[in-house]
Amino acid sequence: MAETTLTIATVNNGDMIRMQGLTSEFTKANPDISVKWVTLEENVLRQRVTTDIATKGGQFDVLTIGTYEVPIWAKKGWLVPLANLGADYDVADLLPKIRDAVSVDGKLYAAPFYGESSMVMYRTDLFDKAGLKMPEKPTWDFVIDAAKKLTDKNGGVYGICLRGKAGWGENMAFLSAMANSYGARWFDEKWEPQFNTPEWKTTLTTYVNLMKDAGPPGASSNGFNENLALFNAGKCAMWIDATVAASFVTNPKDSKVADKVGFALAPNTGLGKNANWLWAWSLAIPAGSKKADAAEKFIAWATSKDYTKLVASKEGWANVPPGTRTSLYANPEYLKAAPFAKMTLASIDAADPNKPTVKPVPYVGVQYAAIPEFQGIGTQVGQQFSAALAGSMTVDAALAAAQSATEREMKRAGYIK
Amino acid sequence: MATRQTQFLARSLLTPAVGLLFIWMIVPLALTIYFSTLHYSLLDPGSEAFVGLENFRYFLTDPAFLASLENTLVLVGSVLALTIVLGIPLALLLDQPVVGRNFVRLMVIAPFFVMPTVSALVWKNLLMHPVSGLFAWLAKLVGLTPVDWFNDVPLFSVILIVAWQWLPFATLILLTALQSLDEEQKEAAEMDGASAISTFIYITLPHLARPITVVILIETIFLLTVFAEIFVTTGGGPGLQTTNIAFLIYSQALIQFDVGSASAGGLVAVVIANIVAFFLVRIVGRNLEA
Repeated sequence: MAETTLTIATVNNGDMIRMQGLTSEFTKANPDISVKWVTLEENVLRQRVTTDIATKGGQFDVLTIGTYEVPIWAKKGWLVPLANLGADYDVADLLPKIRDAVSVDGKLYAAPFYGESSMVMYRTDLFDKAGLKMPEKPTWDFVIDAAKKLTDKNGGVYGICLRGKAGWGENMAFLSAMANSYGARWFDEKWEPQFNTPEWKTTLTTYVNLMKDAGPPGASSNGFNENLALFNAGKCAMWIDATVAASFVTNPKDSKVADKVGFALAPNTGLGKNANWLWAWSLAIPAGSKKADAAEKFIAWATSKDYTKLVASKEGWANVPPGTRTSLYANPEYLKAAPFAKMTLASIDAADPNKPTVKPVPYVGVQYAAIPEFQGIGTQVGQQFSAALAGSMTVDAALAAAQSATEREMKRAGYIK
Repeated sequence: MATRQTQFLARSLLTPAVGLLFIWMIVPLALTIYFSTLHYSLLDPGSEAFVGLENFRYFLTDPAFLASLENTLVLVGSVLALTIVLGIPLALLLDQPVVGRNFVRLMVIAPFFVMPTVSALVWKNLLMHPVSGLFAWLAKLVGLTPVDWFNDVPLFSVILIVAWQWLPFATLILLTALQSLDEEQKEAAEMDGASAISTFIYITLPHLARPITVVILIETIFLLTVFAEIFVTTGGGPGLQTTNIAFLIYSQALIQFDVGSASAGGLVAVVIANIVAFFLVRIVGRNLEA
């Protein structure tokens, strides 16, 4: 049989880099398939993958996409439903919330590679030194207060590191989740943007002031990877971000502070919602791919229980891709090796894409609204908010600009008149 | 003298080449014009519909448009001013007979051969980084707070990087012109007792008028489309502070996936470039005729 070459587009996050390193195990088991990787930074990956699939470019056989894209693209018929993942794949083992997020009408359109929510990661040594104790379910007031107390700018330690880089998947993922916990929402039931509400004003003011008092310099260009580097270098006392970061910050190979990290649920304000988001980087096959069979084989391999075991045997249980399977959280070896496991599961459970906000909303998705227009809107709003963070715009001006930009786009797309 | 027949023959032989060039030019332009009249979002294919001039209305009334127009003009103007003001003394220095002149010249010209993306990365991560950059280290050495370049003065930082890249170009052109300056004229001036400053003002500077014109024209063409430096360092932000027209079109097309608006924006950019070129050629072009 002729050799099939799969071109796989993926994001440059640690778990995917690890998967790339383990590819030889897959090609050994499937000698008729070879694999070509296209590894890109998150924003660039989205551009490449979206233009490719929308123009039917056919460059890629396997796409790495998120829970945002899956339902939209599946409804357009852009993705191949995954029906032949193999007998021992055990679809029922996938965490229900994650499985829902990558399914449409009960059919799986993408296989979750890792799932995540957000949580607080903090330095236990710094907390002890300052005589603070992190509650399991902290409030924003506590987090803000602690961040200010822990900041030692001369010593190069900042109280809190948060995303500031503009982008709907960067600062807006965090800010939307934070806004939810403050009772704000993107749109009301009639799709009217809500940036002119006091809830958003409180959210953005709190965020900007917090970062001014206790954040690192240059925060407006920090995304997930930049903050990870800062935290691992011991420069952040707290970091609220994806649960998937936990395995990196506790890995002594990457992190200077590996044995001094504690975990807590994302903060709340007592309104019933935590700043939890829900996301799963998933593998999917674009419709029209001529190598769908081989692609599905690869997806089944990369998201299977066996892959988890493979990573565990090579790199230790703490480094397996988290957040996708119930069985993983029942595995005593994993629970022992991964101090963050319980908090990850609790965080994923705390997020609800179908009811993300305190007030009702017409959309699905916690840190995004699952409509095609959201990418554009979210990025424009993210730009305004990063300007507010950089101090080149006031909070009021940023909110007003966000409101008018969102209104413009929503009118244009025909959601509001 | 060409007869009618040979003229006809020459033209008909040229036709395929000219025709090909014409198609090469007209097809992308025609497609852009066509797309600019459609509501065409990559995220929502199948919804293409003719909307007339709506895309232009949206693009031109976008608050981002005015901001990016201003940024584009500030960027082009500042880089031009910096490269010429610094290029002249640099060219004068390089014109002096010093030891290792060739090597010094090569080093001065070197930045021009660094790819824009690479130089932007070097500036961003090695020089201007507020925590680990060279400038931050120097500032800390003398007890100053490091400047957070891309946060506090983003447009100025981009201007610095672009000017650093284009300074060698200006220097090179001006240096070549200086070398063609008549030595006898300078000697005569010296014998008449002219000071160095008046020699510069009355002999060197007029002599440089033409090369300066050339520098302005050529740099403007390239600076209107600066993209890589912005993409790598600031991503157009914070807010819209470093978004220029080229970056705005990119963001319409590939961040918001709005092909219609991006095409309309592209056409607007063509018009703007033509307006700028028209005035430039009228103002500075006279120099070239004299």
